[in-house]
Amino acid sequence: MLHYLSVLANGIGQTVAITVTSFVVGAVLGLPLALMRYAGPLPVRVIGGAVVETVRAIPPIVWLFIVFYGIGSGSVQLSTFAAAVIGLGIIAAAYLSEIYRAGLKAVAQGQWEAAQALGLPRLAIYRKVIFPQMLGVVIPPSATYAIGLLKDSAIASIIGATDITFYATQETQATLQGLSIFGLAALLYIALSIPIAATSRITDRKLTERLAR
Amino acid sequence: MSSWNEFFPQFLPGLWVTLKLTCGGLLFGLPLGVVLAVVTTSSWRLAKWAGIAIVELGRGTPGLIVLYLVYYGLPQAGLTLRDVTAATVALSFTTSAYTSEIFRAGLVAVPQGQREASRALGLTPWKELRLVVLPQALRIVIPPLIGFAIILYQGTSLAFAISVPELLSRAYNAGSITFQYGSALALAGLMYAVVSLSATGLAGWTRSRAITSH
Repeated sequence: MLHYLSVLANGIGQTVAITVTSFVVGAVLGLPLALMRYAGPLPVRVIGGAVVETVRAIPPIVWLFIVFYGIGSGSVQLSTFAAAVIGLGIIAAAYLSEIYRAGLKAVAQGQWEAAQALGLPRLAIYRKVIFPQMLGVVIPPSATYAIGLLKDSAIASIIGATDITFYATQETQATLQGLSIFGLAALLYIALSIPIAATSRITDRKLTERLAR
Repeated sequence: MSSWNEFFPQFLPGLWVTLKLTCGGLLFGLPLGVVLAVVTTSSWRLAKWAGIAIVELGRGTPGLIVLYLVYYGLPQAGLTLRDVTAATVALSFTTSAYTSEIFRAGLVAVPQGQREASRALGLTPWKELRLVVLPQALRIVIPPLIGFAIILYQGTSLAFAISVPELLSRAYNAGSITFQYGSALALAGLMYAVVSLSATGLAGWTRSRAITSH
């Protein structure tokens, strides 16, 4: 068992790297997408909505394949890591934009009116008034999504990224001990999701304390 | 795009396999989900914790790992399954774990007063469940269940990894033969999207009905 664990441990770095990088890509791209749907004129809102719905209507593996085989096999060569991060990042952007949008909606309308009455410029309203209040609403569902992303990252092994699942598959083919190896891999994924949940709970508590003060 | 004319008839049998996998997962997974929901809300400690452990393992493990556990893992225990069977078993297990939480929420959402009123009327526990609790719980769980069915429909694409000839496998094969990966995969994506978006529309409709009928 310890031997299998040491083999699977080779993939932890890649699994974490894919999860974290795609989450960052999604967190950054998700913001303009959310603002498009929240504050844009009607045509922009419709385009934003169509992008989000289309991205979410297609399975993650299909996105990964479109990026890796569809785009990455032509004139641009993509590494398995890059393809996984682009594919999962696009999906994360769509999901996180919806979480952001819910957060934006959760900030009371009166906050907008008060900030405008104080004569704050638009950017300052977002930066100083809206975003800080949004954070508390956004963090718990984002953490849940991050855990989902960690699990989804397993599909990167199908295009050959050397993550936990990749090593588990390889080791199973060599030893035929699939039950032990994949069972261990399952526990490893669950173990990796614990810090994400804990971080979310701690930041959430700190934010509530700060806002309550 | 002209290649789509050739691809489409080749992909249709794949879409059929995808739909069958989805239905199989729901057919076996939903009843199991109800059982898990009842078990995890029961007052029998041992069953309750065993149920919670199964649900948490099922939800915490990547779908792909569950699939590999069934397909590559069970042979270690002397049970070898065909690819389609393995995919159905894995998807059913995942379905039961996720939907048990939906069913549990539905059962909890029925106001306690409804149960008390049934008891005051002298209904047997079985009649109370069948005539009072379940009809109300079902109305609550249908929209999220359709939402889950859409996720499951997309999740069947994992079966590609154990070479079940579903939609994505057909697209990948067509791409590797013609070297038109982009075109083949885009068509498959479109076929996934059309079904998902229609179901999303249906879910929205049932949700608005569930709200107005209260």
